[in-house]
Amino acid sequence: METLSREIDLSVFRERFSDYDASPGQVIPLLQLAQGLFGFVNPGVFHEISRHTGVPISEIYGVTTFYAQFRLTPVGEHIIRVCHGTACHVANANSITDAIEDELGIKNGETTPDGKFTLELVSCIGCCSLAPVIMIDDDTHGRLTPDKAREVVRQYMEAPCEE
Amino acid sequence: MRRIIVGTGTCGVAAGADKVLDALGKAVVERDAADKVELGETGCIGMCFREPLVEVREPDGASVIYGDIDPEKAIRILDEHGIAGKPIEEWIVKGDAFECADDELFENQYRVVLRNCGIIDPDSIDEYIEKGGYVALKKVITESTPEEVIAEITKSGLRGRGGAGFPTGLKWKLARGNEADKKYVVCNADEGDPGAFMDRSTLEGDPHAILEGMAICAYAIGVDEGYIYCRAEYPKAVKRLIRSIGIAEERGFLGKNIMGTDFSLELHVKEGAGAFVCGEETALLRSIEGKRGMPRIRPPYPAEKGLWGKPTNINNVETYANVPWIIREGGEKFAAMGTEKSKGSKVFALAGKIVRGGLVEVPMGITINDVIQKVGGGIPGGKQPKAVQMGGPSGGCIPVELWNTPIDYDSINSTGAIMGSGGMVVMDETTCMVDVARFFLEFTQRESCGKCTFCRVGTMRMLELLERICAGEGVEGDIEKLEDLSRKVIETSLCGLGQTAPNPVLTTIEYFRDEYEAHIKEKRCPAGVCKALIRYEIIADKCIGCTLCAKKCPTDAISGERKEVHVIDQDKCTKCGVCFNVCPVDAIKVE
Repeated sequence: METLSREIDLSVFRERFSDYDASPGQVIPLLQLAQGLFGFVNPGVFHEISRHTGVPISEIYGVTTFYAQFRLTPVGEHIIRVCHGTACHVANANSITDAIEDELGIKNGETTPDGKFTLELVSCIGCCSLAPVIMIDDDTHGRLTPDKAREVVRQYMEAPCEE
Repeated sequence: MRRIIVGTGTCGVAAGADKVLDALGKAVVERDAADKVELGETGCIGMCFREPLVEVREPDGASVIYGDIDPEKAIRILDEHGIAGKPIEEWIVKGDAFECADDELFENQYRVVLRNCGIIDPDSIDEYIEKGGYVALKKVITESTPEEVIAEITKSGLRGRGGAGFPTGLKWKLARGNEADKKYVVCNADEGDPGAFMDRSTLEGDPHAILEGMAICAYAIGVDEGYIYCRAEYPKAVKRLIRSIGIAEERGFLGKNIMGTDFSLELHVKEGAGAFVCGEETALLRSIEGKRGMPRIRPPYPAEKGLWGKPTNINNVETYANVPWIIREGGEKFAAMGTEKSKGSKVFALAGKIVRGGLVEVPMGITINDVIQKVGGGIPGGKQPKAVQMGGPSGGCIPVELWNTPIDYDSINSTGAIMGSGGMVVMDETTCMVDVARFFLEFTQRESCGKCTFCRVGTMRMLELLERICAGEGVEGDIEKLEDLSRKVIETSLCGLGQTAPNPVLTTIEYFRDEYEAHIKEKRCPAGVCKALIRYEIIADKCIGCTLCAKKCPTDAISGERKEVHVIDQDKCTKCGVCFNVCPVDAIKVE
């Protein structure tokens, strides 16, 4: 099953190669593409990227682990990013993180057992005047209190899966 | 036709602008009012504290802005003002013909970079052109030599707005002087400082200003290809840049043979991948090349050997956004603003404990106090101001006693902080300065690329010391150890990240040594922040027995009967502060 799904995934990935010229400068955009398609950098893509760009797999792996954006393990359906920038920190972002950790029963970097949520603490999402802020997928929610943060998360629990 | 314009920058959307726009869209259809009002979008005007914002613009251009708008209010605005033409005065936060409580926000501002933000529809190149857009580019490529362009920028006195303040004209001259078969122009849009959102707002609100600035630079130094390195955490800015480049190419402002001349420029957008160190220019270039973003020794500077070994000019978003204005209005007009060594205006992102948090642009030379008290409206809740953090993780905390310092590169440097890219986070009496230093060190320690030993290990040891102090386990001599390590990290790091990482620690030790000593000697956190050093208590005389705190306590640490004084079980209390925040009669104290 695992092998099968990986093969299917990679063909989707390869189909997009024509948009990316075969140069080392495309390593990061291709890793971003892979993460966009699969939600994480499936280790199977290293070989493909290496063949396309001519960069050794070891170097691509080094690039992947250097940047905070890339994940080597699968993530939940929704990614909750709790902002811990300066303004949010001063506005007690810790209490927001505590509330969400308590609500979901997971810690920073973990995924709920049902695969619905992954929790991440991030440095700054640039919405400082609405601090404290969280981002769920591409939507930003600001001016939170611990209770409001729980409410926002619950909305996503109840919502049916999109697409 | 009247126009109703919703501010849909990231801040606006986070506050609910999307829902407002949706509701208005539906309501216009329901009322069959498409011939009476036209809906539009715009970027950030800077009044983030009033988001979502809805503007109604009359056919003659007169406008009012309504603040704190939800879908219900928006529909009333549509009906009463949009269709019937009668403004709803009590919701107006800014209007040409109205006096508003927040007018002071704009009185002390001078908008060069933000000239179009929150005014034009950023997706419309026509609105940008209407405001004088691409006039400067046309002027330089049809009338000026590259040397004349560089001379004009030099005359303006513009210095790099990324933080270090290197003279822009000189930078361009160096890049022009280096002969090569290929050169590049790069825009640093990797705004990584926590607490800063100037560049995001400019990218979202006026993307063509940056493209035009880059094109002028490219012409001046003789370049036909460029990159914008934008952080991936700004999805809206990335999309808007890509779209705007496409439109500018269609219109002949970018691409091959711009406006029928020999000058061509191809621009690409590269998304960052979440590494703060990539704000450093040599690291950024490596990242564009597809490598780990680790800085290298300078010289050679990028102007000599940059992207793929070719001469490269790097400026940040705000610097480029200034350029078209300087060309159009003249370098002298820009230089007339500001101080002797810091010309023009500077954008600041006001955040933290401030009444009017948002985006402002002020002339250089204005005092910190004027920005915070006049423009920003001071500290909310009657609290006492303590410090302002400028320059992010590379900067420092400037205490309230020094708030009469004028804002220019050199004066800010003399306080131990730096101008930085423009983040200003205001702190009041409830902010613990040791905790702030720990917060920044945690950030730089995590973001250190690991190349230099003292940056990699030294910041870790400093963080451990700060964590120990915050946990109430600090010992005599810790402050001196921090100072000693700070000096070594500064002296032995290759790039700006390590060289400036100790600044938040050094400035807080310099100005708030008493807070460090209270943590270490008295095991006390004066601001009531460090969990290990505080306890919550219920003041028996004040408690009315409403049971609210007991209901809200996540660990059931509070007990008590209705209408009787409640008690906190200190063994169960996790010091989350929920009781403190919910108590309706302020009967809970922190000590």
